[in-house]
Amino acid sequence: MAEATLRIFRGDQKGGQAADYHVPLVPGMVVLDAVHSVQAHQAPDLAVRWNCKAGKCGSCSAEVNGRPRLMCKTRMDSLPLDRPVTILPMKAFPLIKDLVTDVSWNYEVNRKIPPFQPRPGVVWKMDQRDVDRVQEFRKCIECFLCQDVCHVLRDHGKREQFGGPRFFVRVAGLEMHPLDGLSRGRVLKEQLGIGLCNITKCCTEVCPEEIHITDNAIIPLKERVVDEFYDPLLMLVRKIRGA
Amino acid sequence: MNPSYETHEHDVLIIGAGGAGLRAAIEALAQGARVGVVCKSLLGKAHTVMAEGGIAAAMSNVDKADDWRTHFRDTMRGGKMLNDWRMAQLHAQEAPERVRELEQWGALFDRTADGEILQRAFGGHTFKRLCHVGDRTGLEMIRTLQDRGVHMGFDVFMECTVTRLLKDGDRVSGAFGYWREQGRFVIFKAKSVVIATGGIGKAWKITSNSWEYTGDGMTLAYEAGAELMDMEFVQFHPTGMVWPPGVQGILVTEAVRGEGGILRNKNGERFMERYDPKKMELSTRDVVARAIYTEVREGRGTEHGGAYLDISQKPADYVKKKLPSMYHQFLELADVDITKGPMEVGPTCHYMMGGIRVDAETAQSSVPGLFAAGEAAAGLHGANRLGGNSLSDLLVFGRRAGLGAAEHAKKAGVPALDSAQVEDASRKILAPFERPSGESPYDVHHDLQAAMQSLVGIYRQEEDLFRALGEIEKLRARAARVRVEGSRMFNPGWHLTRDLECMFTVTEAVTRSALARHESRGAHSRLDYPKLDDAWGKKNNVIVQKDGAMSLFDVPVREMPDDLKQIMAEEK
Repeated sequence: MAEATLRIFRGDQKGGQAADYHVPLVPGMVVLDAVHSVQAHQAPDLAVRWNCKAGKCGSCSAEVNGRPRLMCKTRMDSLPLDRPVTILPMKAFPLIKDLVTDVSWNYEVNRKIPPFQPRPGVVWKMDQRDVDRVQEFRKCIECFLCQDVCHVLRDHGKREQFGGPRFFVRVAGLEMHPLDGLSRGRVLKEQLGIGLCNITKCCTEVCPEEIHITDNAIIPLKERVVDEFYDPLLMLVRKIRGA
Repeated sequence: MNPSYETHEHDVLIIGAGGAGLRAAIEALAQGARVGVVCKSLLGKAHTVMAEGGIAAAMSNVDKADDWRTHFRDTMRGGKMLNDWRMAQLHAQEAPERVRELEQWGALFDRTADGEILQRAFGGHTFKRLCHVGDRTGLEMIRTLQDRGVHMGFDVFMECTVTRLLKDGDRVSGAFGYWREQGRFVIFKAKSVVIATGGIGKAWKITSNSWEYTGDGMTLAYEAGAELMDMEFVQFHPTGMVWPPGVQGILVTEAVRGEGGILRNKNGERFMERYDPKKMELSTRDVVARAIYTEVREGRGTEHGGAYLDISQKPADYVKKKLPSMYHQFLELADVDITKGPMEVGPTCHYMMGGIRVDAETAQSSVPGLFAAGEAAAGLHGANRLGGNSLSDLLVFGRRAGLGAAEHAKKAGVPALDSAQVEDASRKILAPFERPSGESPYDVHHDLQAAMQSLVGIYRQEEDLFRALGEIEKLRARAARVRVEGSRMFNPGWHLTRDLECMFTVTEAVTRSALARHESRGAHSRLDYPKLDDAWGKKNNVIVQKDGAMSLFDVPVREMPDDLKQIMAEEK
């Protein structure tokens, strides 16, 4: 039977290194299946997060051959198998063990975002077109791959100032909700640091849900912030009024 | 008690953060309770995200003739009249309000032409009833509940497994568990505990369920003295993926059939004509699952042992819009473009109708202060659940459990913790580390799944069920000798040793209940008792722990009041 070699990172905060495991290939096998096979037969303490194994929960994020991906949606037969398949934990988050990282920071960012607030006296009717526009943002499965690949977080570690693509998508879903009555411009500018994004689109490239994060979420939100805080005419009016 | 144990105190502790747990938390918070939520995974990853089709609620936005009475009747008929009538009534009456509430918290549903929530057809529902958003309704629901709850202010304990409910005399006093990350122990002291841990599907080989679905909550409740009911009723969803092997069991939403998908065998016959000519593909899940199983067994299955499910007669754009995740799932995992050709599907273990026996109004179990909701609880679905009735169940009874738990907490005093129970629980969970040698827990799990798949599947018979009991006993003995490698730090092999214990408890309960029921009803089909039996139609099987062993007895199904009997008699 054909085999593949997985080169999986093993270790924790104290250190570690990649170890090689040979796994028999099965038709249609995905990387997560191969990792499970290692767990069941060779390394029962191999730490990995997963849930649905169907690309719906966003738990099994890792860096496969250097690319941030969902292991449950990465077919083994899509990878070159004449050399080891490297599987590393997401780099932008603190390591816990093996393929598991500490993603709790993301949940803290989410708490900063004011939730949906309907406009006063709203009538609960919506047009399908208006719903369709927002669906794209709401299908995010919180795999945090966009956060992992974003250089503001990955290379510059600006977690204090920056919310990251996932939460711009979240804000876009709220701001463009047809019945929402709140403006989150100040949160975007001051707490989520949207100005730090210089639209390199890395997040869009790795999104397993194919959300156009940069074009459809970040850029329109940046425009809102500019309109609200940097419109020269408005700035002049504010100055005159002393506001 | 060891003072180094981390301890948290709440009025209401909720175990499980799927739809039921989160909805319970929101309600308990609204009642002014201090609420803690414990979950095995990260917040927002619970099985609810897998729910695709929709939330069943008689909103009558699409079919004006629909009302709660029809929903009630459909649910009772789908459950073959074993349902608790009061739960079915409350569910049908309250579901529309629960959906509207979700919308007011920010959930977005697909719309009708006049801007109302759109509803789609589903198996066993007389009218178009399922409120949905494409085929990712569960994700929309869990995200909405999650954000609502977080902003209302519950404490959440993620990646934490509860292994023991603590008791103060008869009543519940909290829970003991460990952090998955570091393996440290943690104690939760609480006046009320709500179990919302979902189902048991991971005990079968072909399943749509994730690693979390190991019957923890049912086992915790059983070990604490609560009753389990209707445990013989395990739902096999008719349509799971069958090929390639790696994806076997992954769910193919019923919405494919709801949107017009057609089932055919290898000869091209639309075989549902022979099993349910009236409802065809939209017959109830038990009927469709048996039909596919029978077609395959009688040699009319597809190349990989399933049936063809075809939606490609619909326009490609329509399929991509209404079933986007199915489109991607098949394209990426099976190299099949469902807008061009059929899918191959077969039954997959999906849902547990049985569970913790609870009071319909308050969701309280027989143990004071212990509540249960969602898949972990029994009663609403009887012998078979209709598609779409699960998400509405989570909302309706999640809310009721949260309310019941908060009210109980208001009246109850602060319970005392018993250090002997804590020490016993910590000793038990660490035992596998003590053994110098032994086999891998993964091998035991593999063999349990194989045994349940072949002996306690869609069709059952006495001989197989007795063999299954023997297998479970043997596997239990093997599990008592498994060894854990590595440290307590995020160690899945260790975690599995406790999951195995839970799976033994629930699979034994399923098998014993299935042995006792000498008839075929809903999801329980006996080859040796192929017919409905009126006498059995009036009884629910109940399991309880007695002197350390599993004891089974039956209780009469509660008799319906006349006004509901009247509804059942009406034909629509």
